[in-house]
Amino acid sequence: MSSRATDPELLRRLLRAKDRIDAASEEDWPVERLARVSGVSSAHFARAFKDAFATPPHRYLLSRRIERAKAMLRDTDAAIIDIAFQTGWQSLGSFGRSFRDITGESPSQLRAREHDTAHALDQTPHCFISAAYRPDLKTAVSEKRRRARAIRERSQQKP
Amino acid sequence: MTEGVGVVGIYVRDQDEALNFYVEKLGFRVHTDARNGNYRWLTVQHPGQPSFQLGLFKPEPPAIDAATAQTVKEVVAKGAMPPLVMTVKDCRAAYERMRAKGVEFTQEPTERYGGVDASFRDPSGNGWKLIEAKGAQ
Repeated sequence: MSSRATDPELLRRLLRAKDRIDAASEEDWPVERLARVSGVSSAHFARAFKDAFATPPHRYLLSRRIERAKAMLRDTDAAIIDIAFQTGWQSLGSFGRSFRDITGESPSQLRAREHDTAHALDQTPHCFISAAYRPDLKTAVSEKRRRARAIRERSQQKP
Repeated sequence: MTEGVGVVGIYVRDQDEALNFYVEKLGFRVHTDARNGNYRWLTVQHPGQPSFQLGLFKPEPPAIDAATAQTVKEVVAKGAMPPLVMTVKDCRAAYERMRAKGVEFTQEPTERYGGVDASFRDPSGNGWKLIEAKGAQ
């Protein structure tokens, strides 16, 4: 049984850390840095953040980076390697792996698909569009892999 | 009189703090500040919008029960209340003016879709988008 963070003052300070990730997801956000923003000890930060926002801070950061990368793939013609570095990854390989794990397709597949679709989003404030496109990271990446494998195996067993 | 929406309220954790924020930092004016026992009806008004009041309400009994009030306070503090949008003529100028007064910005002015926008929060956690009206200048 986990105890939920319920102190509004604490939640407000945790929101500050979430806001900072949102504002600069390409930056490194070690727990110590986020804990400082929230005025919480490093030992308690990750747990308190997860209690408040139902996602561990690192996974939240990952989802924000992927979301920005998706927007850049969609809205710009920047090279994929440039998008990877600009959104906070250290290598094209790690970017591609995380991207596929979370979105189910490669960066170039998403770009090709999105370019085929007309968009009429300029009447919606950007943050709401971001929220609509935010990848849902309720399940861990490893869990997604496991499930995908299970589904593959099941379909192979069919007569 | 004109028909339309007269008051929309947001929840704040502390009405004195909210009053100070919206009046001193954002330049709103107090419209109504009426107390009845524990209850305080507090609304402010944007100087350019005399037909509309923004209510600054505290979630607490007797309006709602204590447990629900606690839940609402948590939701507000987590930034989960609906977005608010303020339209300005010059986003960068408004940003500089508000930041100098200590407003907590969560996003600096950014140009996109042919406009400029920024984001800030009130002390309670309510999130505002500051949007420069297209073709305003």
